[in-house]
Amino acid sequence: MRSFTYTRAGDVAEAVNEVAGNEEARFIAGGTNLLDLMKIDVMHPRHIVDITRLALSTVEDTPEGGLRLGALVTNADTAYHEQVETRYPLLSHAILAGATAQLRNKATDGGNLLQRTRCYYFYDKATPCNKREPGSGCAAITGFNRIHAILGESEHCIATHPSDMCVALAALGAVVHVTGPNGERGIPFAEFHRLPGDTPEQDTNLNQDEIITSIELPAQGFADHYAYVKVRDRASYAFALVSVAAGLLLEDGVVKEARIALGGVAHKPWRKPEAEALLHGQPATAENFRKVAEAYLEGAKGYGHNTFKIELAKRAIVRALQQATENKA
Amino acid sequence: MTMKTDYIGKPTNRVDGRLKVTGQAKYAAEFDSPGLTYGFVVSSRIAKGKIKSIDTTEALQLDGVLQVFTHENRPQTAWFDKSYQDEDSPPGSPFRPLYSDEIQFSQQPIALVVADTFEAARYGATLVNVTYEDAPFSTDFEGNREKAYTPEKYKSQPPPDARGDMAAAFASAAMQISEEYTHTSEHHNPMEMHASTAIWEEDGTLTIYDKTQSVQNSQKYIDQIFGLKPKDARVRSPFVGGAFGSGLRPQYQLFLTVMAALELKRPVRVMLTRQQMFSFGHRPATIQKLQLGASKEGKLEAVRHEAFGETSRFEDYAENVVVWQNVLYQCDNVAFDYKLIGLDVYTPLDMRAPGGSTGQFALESAMDELAAASGINPVALRLKNYTEKDQNEDAPFTSKELRECYRQGAEKFGWEKRNPEPRSMKEGHQLIGWGMASGAWEASQQQASAKALLTVDGKLTVSSATADIGTGTYTVMTQLAAETLGLQLEDVSFKLGDSALPDAPLEGGSWTVSSVGSAVTLVCDAIGKRLLKLARKVKDTPFATAGYDEVIFSEGHMRLRSDPSKALAVTRIMRSAEINYLEEEVTSKPAEKQKKYAPYAHSAVFVEVRVDEDFGTIKVTRVVSAIAGGRIINTKTAESQILGGVVWGIGMALEEESLMDTTYGRFMNHNLAEYHVPVNADIHSIDVIFVEEHDEIVNPIGAKGLGEIGIAGVAGAIANAVYHATGKRVRNLPITLDKVM
Repeated sequence: MRSFTYTRAGDVAEAVNEVAGNEEARFIAGGTNLLDLMKIDVMHPRHIVDITRLALSTVEDTPEGGLRLGALVTNADTAYHEQVETRYPLLSHAILAGATAQLRNKATDGGNLLQRTRCYYFYDKATPCNKREPGSGCAAITGFNRIHAILGESEHCIATHPSDMCVALAALGAVVHVTGPNGERGIPFAEFHRLPGDTPEQDTNLNQDEIITSIELPAQGFADHYAYVKVRDRASYAFALVSVAAGLLLEDGVVKEARIALGGVAHKPWRKPEAEALLHGQPATAENFRKVAEAYLEGAKGYGHNTFKIELAKRAIVRALQQATENKA
Repeated sequence: MTMKTDYIGKPTNRVDGRLKVTGQAKYAAEFDSPGLTYGFVVSSRIAKGKIKSIDTTEALQLDGVLQVFTHENRPQTAWFDKSYQDEDSPPGSPFRPLYSDEIQFSQQPIALVVADTFEAARYGATLVNVTYEDAPFSTDFEGNREKAYTPEKYKSQPPPDARGDMAAAFASAAMQISEEYTHTSEHHNPMEMHASTAIWEEDGTLTIYDKTQSVQNSQKYIDQIFGLKPKDARVRSPFVGGAFGSGLRPQYQLFLTVMAALELKRPVRVMLTRQQMFSFGHRPATIQKLQLGASKEGKLEAVRHEAFGETSRFEDYAENVVVWQNVLYQCDNVAFDYKLIGLDVYTPLDMRAPGGSTGQFALESAMDELAAASGINPVALRLKNYTEKDQNEDAPFTSKELRECYRQGAEKFGWEKRNPEPRSMKEGHQLIGWGMASGAWEASQQQASAKALLTVDGKLTVSSATADIGTGTYTVMTQLAAETLGLQLEDVSFKLGDSALPDAPLEGGSWTVSSVGSAVTLVCDAIGKRLLKLARKVKDTPFATAGYDEVIFSEGHMRLRSDPSKALAVTRIMRSAEINYLEEEVTSKPAEKQKKYAPYAHSAVFVEVRVDEDFGTIKVTRVVSAIAGGRIINTKTAESQILGGVVWGIGMALEEESLMDTTYGRFMNHNLAEYHVPVNADIHSIDVIFVEEHDEIVNPIGAKGLGEIGIAGVAGAIANAVYHATGKRVRNLPITLDKVM
């Protein structure tokens, strides 16, 4: 861990100002991922801007009937928030499927979006990694890739995004509100995280000088029919091999709308609206669910250790849709 | 000896429990001293080759950095391998930290940055610039099978000799099982990382607080290497935050700490990082081949157990993987082999039930395969092949209540309701399976010494240079001493973890209670005998003609066994004699009669798993572990030992796996987020049964160690339950979901 300078920002403008034009600056909130990475010298910002005192810790209704989660609300407070539990139980369940109680108490919602991959090679400076050191190569493609991507990966990077929360946010169609030197903008969740392409060092489309201020949930929370299915190597404190966030609108057993997002399979939470659309107007049956699952995994590619994820993801989609259907049937 | 039961066999709380839960128990990295400095280890990036250059200029310029030690500026240390060998060294040439520019394994320590603060040392470590000359290497265990060799010398025992004609008996057997079982390397990962703190005392001597399973092993090691005298450096280790074998050998942070303290004449602390905990000894990867030949009725006619074990290029580490049929199942035609595969890694190291937990996984899986193939109940199959003697030694057991383990375990579990058909039980998406296995572990006794000091106020202090690695040594020794001299637990204190105390063996091998406990009992008896001599002289004594076997001690009194109301208070005996204290030191050795017997603890493990039919995720919903472990001194700490063993067995069966990337020669999942051990949510019902086992031969106190028997058999029982649930036989650990779905 290297030496760094530290300031505490009093408001959003000050925070943005502190990082503007300084590539070596990073915000810190919960620090649950950044500090780990700094200790092993994978990330080494020269300047740390503490944003924990910013007024971004509230959960509020939006005029559109949705809910706005302040960027500094902790994962635990979000998951157990009454409005989240009743209107967006999918999000609540996804958050509680991740990490540990201690981490969720510390980690913030904005920070959750920005957590880095769990790729072994990203964490070990003795090996090449294009995400950590652009141009050095990808050791995972030919190495241990059991926890790696099967969709949307590139020859430069097959890392996955590790978040559970983000999988639910993708399914719900959240909007990420950010502030930069030129003001505010909203980024649709599907556009927030990136695929690796030839710039795997960039996880998101957030500019270096922008700060996440809130996450906006739309009015529709799929609270009647939802499921978060997470398949992992142990019952807690393990990242998803595959996870599925599913929300359904059902009418007399027929699907009016389906939302499906996959975690653990790509560099970002994976949505495929055209596959979801296959369910629209169709009866909620296992057979139809399997069709959607097949469509979702079309084009998926295994790298040896992780090839099992293709079939596993299909089964997890079917299970999640079944659970969502039975939810309040 | 006949033992009363004031304390023995009772669920006694840990005497050090309060210190631990209030944070007052200090561990090796928690001792402080004015002017303490901090060392941070720089680890090698490559697995083999040479350090071409190591530039410490930039690190040395950093504020707070005092020195950077490398092979170029290290002090002169001992020349010969012998000086680097410790009590647990396998045959070979031990690793020497910072000895030369040669790299023998990935993450090898290549520099120590010492600074005024931990932060400066850690920062300094990032500024040490190293260039390497790579050399070809191999860390591919499976891939080097053709190069397996028989070591000239085995660390413990060579594989047992063959008996009868295995090949012919196997060829003609009605039932034949021939399978291969494997598991990867695993790392101990105790909660407390390895650390040492060296503190200068006012008289110019060093006190070294070390995380170790033997302070005396650590002391001898540094004395040999740095040419110190025992009085120059005392090693202490009052508390150890788990070790599981990782503290059996002095680890390199001890060498680095002492070197830096001697060179800088300052107190030094070095603590390894979690990542660096993957840089030394580990449970070796193993490939095992099992052949079982049996009659249609399941009587074993032939057994061959062969294994390949991983070792380093510089030491021949070996384990007793293939020996277990000899003590578990009767068979006349048997053959064994154990070969090593040398890799460019650090030498493996004993890890909880080394060789046993792994060898029995394979043997017990094969027995289950035989049971399934021959349509015999797995318990019945084991009873049919029960052995009353250790066939390799041709010796009867000191005691063996394994039959009772099977019976009580099966009854508690409800085993008789088991439908032998795989996939016969299902609930929703969950396939339910029941499996079982036997377990065995040696119950040996080593030579050990202990000292006792009884003062006229009735307080007793007993000491021995053993360790308490979380097992309950403090508590159990206190109980044994209190029992022997009839004192209150509060009036007895036990000291350990100090190299200046009487000699004790390494704290390992499940022999601490039997060895140190025997010495503690013996030394308390020595005090008791002196008390009796004094008591005979007390006015109106009831003990004028009593022999030692005619007296007992209880409630602070010496009493006549025949009439306990005839008594003298221990304090009164001493006051009458005008004696302020009594002191004795003894050495306890295994009795000659033991040699004719085979000492083993046994277990029967019953397991229920639930397997998701689509995902292959496995939940161990119930475990019943029935243990025959001789006399149980403390039912509470004993149960904790077995619970811990079972939990680890669950981890071994389903989760633990050190991923060796053979391209880089490194273990890749070197942190506790990616190296999985069970979490609370993985653990459900575990029932521990201690079956009654009376043993007057195994050692004077009749207790068998419990540190390892708890994990023995667990992985096999789980693998067998997974087969019963799914019909799928997984022969390589860990049984992750991708192998099952």
